[in-house]
Amino acid sequence: MVTNNGLVYLIALPLFGSLTLLLLGRRADKWGHIFATLMSGGSFGVGVLQLSQMLGRATEERPVTQRLFSWISVGDFNVDAALLLDQLSICFVLLITGVGTLIHIYSIAYMSHDHDRRRFFAYLNLFIAAMLLLVLGDSYLNLYVGWEGVGLASYLLIGFWNQKPAYATAAKKAFVMNRIGDMGLSFAIMIAFAAFGTVTFSGVAEHAHHASTTTMTAMGIMLLVAAVGKSAQFPLQAWLGDAMAGPTPVSALIHAATMVTAGVYLIVRSNFVFDAAPTAQLLVVIVGAITLMFGALVGTAKDDIKKALAASTMSQIGYMILGAGLGPAGYAFAIMHLLTHGFFKAGMFLGAGSVMHGMNDEVNMRKYGNLRKFMPITFITFGLGYLAIIGVPPFAGFYSKDMIIETAFNAGGAKGIILGSTALLGAAITAFYMTRVVILTFTSKERWDDDAHPHESPFLMWFPMAILALGSVSTGYLFTKGDALKNWLAPLFSEHGEEHHELLAPIVVSGLALLMVLIGVAIAVIKYQLSDVDQATPENVSILTRFARRDLGQDAFNEAVFMRPGQALTKLLVKADESVVDGAVRGVGRAALGSGTALRGIQSGFVRSYAALILVGAVALVAAIWVVTQ
Amino acid sequence: MNSTLTIATPEAVMFWFLAPLAIAAALGMLLVKKAVHSAILLAWVMITLAFFYIAQGALFLGIVQVVVYTGAVMMLFLFILMLVGVDSSDSLTETIPGLRAIAVTAALGFGGLLISLIGRASLGRDAAGLSGASELGNVESLARLLFSTYVWPFEIVSALLITAALGAMVLAHHQRTVARPSQREQAINRFRGDSLAAAAGLPGPGVFARHNAVDVPALLPDGTPAPSSISATLEARGDVLDSASFQLDNIDTSITEEK
Amino acid sequence: MNPYNYLYVSALLFTIGAVGVVVRRNAIVVFMCVELMLNACNLSLVTFSRINGTLDGQVVAFFTMVVAACEVVVGLAIIVTIYRSRRSASIDDASLLKR
Repeated sequence: MVTNNGLVYLIALPLFGSLTLLLLGRRADKWGHIFATLMSGGSFGVGVLQLSQMLGRATEERPVTQRLFSWISVGDFNVDAALLLDQLSICFVLLITGVGTLIHIYSIAYMSHDHDRRRFFAYLNLFIAAMLLLVLGDSYLNLYVGWEGVGLASYLLIGFWNQKPAYATAAKKAFVMNRIGDMGLSFAIMIAFAAFGTVTFSGVAEHAHHASTTTMTAMGIMLLVAAVGKSAQFPLQAWLGDAMAGPTPVSALIHAATMVTAGVYLIVRSNFVFDAAPTAQLLVVIVGAITLMFGALVGTAKDDIKKALAASTMSQIGYMILGAGLGPAGYAFAIMHLLTHGFFKAGMFLGAGSVMHGMNDEVNMRKYGNLRKFMPITFITFGLGYLAIIGVPPFAGFYSKDMIIETAFNAGGAKGIILGSTALLGAAITAFYMTRVVILTFTSKERWDDDAHPHESPFLMWFPMAILALGSVSTGYLFTKGDALKNWLAPLFSEHGEEHHELLAPIVVSGLALLMVLIGVAIAVIKYQLSDVDQATPENVSILTRFARRDLGQDAFNEAVFMRPGQALTKLLVKADESVVDGAVRGVGRAALGSGTALRGIQSGFVRSYAALILVGAVALVAAIWVVTQ
Repeated sequence: MNSTLTIATPEAVMFWFLAPLAIAAALGMLLVKKAVHSAILLAWVMITLAFFYIAQGALFLGIVQVVVYTGAVMMLFLFILMLVGVDSSDSLTETIPGLRAIAVTAALGFGGLLISLIGRASLGRDAAGLSGASELGNVESLARLLFSTYVWPFEIVSALLITAALGAMVLAHHQRTVARPSQREQAINRFRGDSLAAAAGLPGPGVFARHNAVDVPALLPDGTPAPSSISATLEARGDVLDSASFQLDNIDTSITEEK
Repeated sequence: MNPYNYLYVSALLFTIGAVGVVVRRNAIVVFMCVELMLNACNLSLVTFSRINGTLDGQVVAFFTMVVAACEVVVGLAIIVTIYRSRRSASIDDASLLKR
């Protein structure tokens, strides 16, 4: 493996930026944001340099490593702090630093009125550094450090405006649910160490071939738990909607493009584990399919633009997980969808931020309408992203989503048909609710509050949106032309020896998908564009709509199954602690006091009773001697 | 020189006669009310023990028992009893509840266990008499032992004796709280008292005495008994005799004028 | 008759002395019972010396006597001092160290 000493700069630059801004405090307020953006941009530059170098090398020499220092050396267990940059990591590096830098630029303008802007940029840089560490780590343990780091950054950024208790609570909720996933990752690392004695990717890959299926399945399930927690998949999806409490750039960067895709990265990186554990793979696709539908259903009933986009993110990641669970045939498409999704979803979130900026931070779409006249650039960029997500050719989503649907069908048997149909149905619902968002916001009649004067956003805000829209348009074609991305990533995965029978011809699949999309768009147009929409939320809606408004009961379920029993358990433990533990301690004190009071009676003050006691003691002594000498 | 001991019959007779008496005396000491009686009974026990010591060949110790213990220590006890009150007696009721029962039970247990232990004990050899050890006579042998092996405890015990004597003096010392009245003050108090009867000083003892017994009062010039010639205790007990019974018969006590 | 009989007498005298310390209330009588106990020990010491055939027992008994004499001197002086201030010779009255 070739050693390259430039890898550390990818992480070091944003980390340095973050530490500087945090340690200097208020002194850095004037220039902090520029500095952080430069650091992020510098990291992107290093990434581009690495890519150009990698392109020039032969395929076997493409992965490079850099060993930083020896981290853990205990007995037989040695883990180095080392970085690995291969074809998969470079995609993520460019996504993170590229989209990240654009969002830094956006935030300069978006947060310009915020008193704590410098702190925001410090946390953004911290996030970039942690996410880069996650994708560049060469072992599960190194990945874990980055994993925890992004969890921390997410907590800090969701609860950025922590003066509002609801936002702080949302941050805590995200962190706690993430923690459950982290537990899964810890167990996976423990299984790897116990079974193989090593936690590096290459080490585990070597052992995976001749390890028992049970070990691999266990590890696979634990990795799936970790991915579910970080990527907000079913059943740990409840935190993503509440995470929209953070500023919009945060939602764009963390909860659309990068952090929530870390789960997909983990699964694809651990392809050797899942290839050896078919049961775990089956669970992965089941989770992906369920989340796909869950997110889509929730998204149809949300009136808050950010929450609708969040539900959409959940659903799209479901697609990615579904793709990743389909084995070597699907890994490349999952990554492709991840990369394209990063562009269009981040672009749409920034667009939503722009709309909110123009409408006095109003988030209720029922109070929007006809904004394309007043915010044309936002409309165009958002619209391009919309076309990409619903899968209209030649935009990005068409290529990536269709490939996933096709691979699903080709998986064979009943499983293939169920998964494929689910994905197709999801595509229809996605088209429906995304069209609803666009119509309610931009093209329907005005339903504003009286004090709204919508205006276009400043240059620093629409410029990143434009770049991202460009990406939404072009990346799909670029990745698919000549199977570019698939060939780029192929050396990392094993040859898929499964039968590659095509259930349906690709053209048939694309045609079906387009049909679904058209149906969804048509229903949305009829319901929202051609009829009047109320500004107030209508009350007499179907049960399904009411259920979907309440996120399909996810919070009620979590509360009933986990929160309340957990609280009861805590109360019980507190009471046990008070009565048993504290009671024991107090009881000891009381016993000592009581026995002291009782024993005080001996001190009567009378010499004769003392003498009597001495006599009794002497009798005891003589009796003892008597017994002993029997 | 370990010869087995045989106890001669005279000693046995003495033992069986005196031992029960000693134990009876001890019990008596426990049970009598008056403290003086207890002291006398204790003296009896000590004399008996002296007999035992001499019978067992501890001649020096026996004499020392009589001289020091009975003679000095018991006398000391009696002196203190005199100071504190010859009359002092205990009531037989017990103030601390249950103490008597505990004491008697413990004593019975203690005594029984001890006697049974002694009965079982074997000291590893037959009893050897003191004939071998006291070859040079009891006192000289004792002296040899005392001044060779036990010289160090001997010196310490003598230091202890001196300390005890000093301690007793310190404890018995009566610190005056009021200055001693000087002669001048005494004279002034005499003349400023209630009556001038004692102003000129009391007559010496025996001036008006009729008899040298303690309980026969002296008669004042006018024939009445002098109150200060009899101890108040005797008077309180009513043990005063009438001095008229000691008059000389042929003394003419009528008062005749001088011609 | 064996010399152990003296030991029985000594044990009995000791026990009687012990009871007397507990039961009697007059301080001086209590002291006398203590003296009785000491004398009982002396008797057993002398008897042991006779049994063993050495004079060490008699030497120890001698020392005991001396120490007992010292003890009597000091103890009685204390009793007299207490009596002077309290006007009572009962040991039950000196119970200020009670709880």
